[in-house]
Amino acid sequence: MQVSMTVNGEAVTRDIEPRVLLVHFIRENLGLTGTHWGCDTSNCGTCVVLMDGQPVKSCTVLAAMADGHDIRTVEGLVVGGALDPVQQGFMEEHGLQCGFCTPGMMLTARALLDRNPHPDDSEIRQAISGQICRCTGYATIVRSVQWAAAHPAVTDTAADGAGTGESNSEEVTA
Amino acid sequence: MQIPAPFDYERASDVANALALLERHGPESRAIAGGHSLLPMMKLRLARPEWLIDINDLAELDFIRREGDQLCVGALTRHTALLESTEVAGLFPIVRDAELVIADPVVRNRGTIGGSLCQADPAEDLSTVCDVLRAKAVIRGPGGERIVPMSDFHRGPYETAVAQNELLCEIRFTIRPRSGSAYEKVERRVGDWAVVAAGAAVVLSADGTIEEAAVGLTSVGLDGTVGEAEAVLRGQQPQEDLFVEAARIAAAACHPVDDQRGPVDYKRHLADELTRRVLRRACVRATGAEEG
Ligand SMILES: Cc1cc2nc3c(=O)[nH]c(=O)nc-3n(C[C@H](O)[C@H](O)[C@H](O)COP(=O)(O)OP(=O)(O)OC[C@H]3O[C@@H](n4cnc5c(N)ncnc54)[C@H](O)[C@@H]3O)c2cc1C
Ligand code: FES
Ligand code: FES
Repeated sequence: MQVSMTVNGEAVTRDIEPRVLLVHFIRENLGLTGTHWGCDTSNCGTCVVLMDGQPVKSCTVLAAMADGHDIRTVEGLVVGGALDPVQQGFMEEHGLQCGFCTPGMMLTARALLDRNPHPDDSEIRQAISGQICRCTGYATIVRSVQWAAAHPAVTDTAADGAGTGESNSEEVTA
Repeated sequence: MQIPAPFDYERASDVANALALLERHGPESRAIAGGHSLLPMMKLRLARPEWLIDINDLAELDFIRREGDQLCVGALTRHTALLESTEVAGLFPIVRDAELVIADPVVRNRGTIGGSLCQADPAEDLSTVCDVLRAKAVIRGPGGERIVPMSDFHRGPYETAVAQNELLCEIRFTIRPRSGSAYEKVERRVGDWAVVAAGAAVVLSADGTIEEAAVGLTSVGLDGTVGEAEAVLRGQQPQEDLFVEAARIAAAACHPVDDQRGPVDYKRHLADELTRRVLRRACVRATGAEEG
C-alpha cells in the first residue's frame, strides 16, 4: 500500500506492507536512524516521535496509521542549523551517556515545553515516565530540560515573555 | 524482529463505513483504535487478524459531553483527554484517579476508552471504573444501536458483548447529586499494570446515609462488582467500621492468583486495604460535592 506523510516538514510517499511499524518506516524506508528501537513491549520509549505535535511510541503505531499525519523525529529538532534548546540543554547538563534513550527523551521534552514552557521537576519526571534511561539516573535529564526551559530559542520568546531572548545559533554550530 | 504477521489494512471514514468494512471482511477483521493493546498482541502472535479496520478518523466518536443527567464519552476518546477534562474530574473523580496511573503519558496519548473496554484485560483499570460507575455502553452494528449495562458488557477475560461486526461507540455515565468516587492502584513501577486496584462509588441520601454503593477490584479475578459488600454499605452511615467490614468482604470475594506481581496473601491484603481507602475517599468526596 502507499502511504504519504510529512516528516520533519518534508512530504514523503512510499510503498509499504501494511504491517510496517512507524519506527521501522522511519529508520529503514526513510533512513532516519536517529529514532531508536529498543523493545517489543511498548515500554522503553526510545522510539518516541511527535505525531501532530504529540509524543507517541512509534513502535506501537503502524506507518499506515500515520498516513496523512505530521511526524517530527529527532533529526527535525535542528532548525536552520541551530540546535533546539533541548538538544543544547542535554549537552550543557550531561543529559546523556550512551545516548540510546536520548532521541525519545528530547522529543518528549520538546512537546512538554511547547505546552508548558516552565515545568517544575516533577512535571518533567512525569512527562518522561514512559521512557527508560539505563545510564543517567534521570537527574541530569531533568536538569537538561530545565536548562532548555531557561534558554528558549528566539522563535519561542515571542510567545513566552519570560525567556531570555538569547540566541542559540551563535553558540553552536550544528 | 518482532513485527505483526501480514494483514490487510483499511481506514474507515465514519461509523457506517467501519461497520460495512467489518461486515465485508468478515470474522478475521478487527477494528484498531489506539493500537496499544492490539499491536503488542499482534507482535506476540496472540492476535492474528487478517484485516485491520482503522477507526482513528472517526471524529464522531471522539467527544466528552453532558446531556441532561448523562455524561457521554465517545469510544475514541484518548486517555489523555479523559485525564485532562475538568468536567470529568469534577463529576467522576474516580476517572481522573485511574487515568493518572494508567500506563504512561505517551501511551495515554494513543490509548482510548473504547479500546480499553473492548480489550477487557482483567488488569484493565477503566473496566473497574466503568463497572463501579454502573456505566452503559452504546454499541452499534448492522442491526442498529443497543445499550448494554456494564454488568452485561463484560463476559469474562478478553470477552465482551461487542460482536465482531459491531463497534462500541459511546459510554454513558449517570450524574447523581451527593455522589463520590475514588480509585487506587498498587503497581510494581510507574506505568505498569495493577498488582491490585480498587474502585468505589457512593451516592448519599439527604440524611447522609449511603443510598447506593459500588465496589470493584482490578486484577484479582472478579466478575463485576462485589454485591455482598455493597449490600452491607447500603442504608448505613459512612464510618470506619463499615468500611472495614465491606473491605473484608471484598477481599474474601476475589480470586487473586500467585504470579510475578505477587503472592495470593499479599494481593488479598491489598484488596482489603485499597477498598477501605477508596470507600473513605468516595464518601468524603460525596459530602463535599456541591453539584452532581
Ligand atoms: C506499556 C503499556 C502499559 C499499559 N498500562 C496499562 C495500565 O496500567 N492500565 C490499563 O488499564 N491499561 C494499560 N495499557 C493499555 C492501554 O490503556 C491501551 O491503550 C488500551 O488497553 C487499549 O486501547 P487502544 O485504543 O489502544 O485499543 P486497541 O489496541 O486499538 O484495541 C484493543 C481491542 O479493542 C478493540 N476495539 C478498540 N476500539 C473498539 C471499538 N470502538 N469498538 C469495538 N472494538 C474496539 C480492538 O479490535 C482490539 O481487539 C497499557 C498499554 C501499554 C502499551
Ligand atoms: S521501542 Fe520500546 S517503546 Fe517503542
Ligand atoms: S543515556 Fe544511556 S540509556 Fe539513557
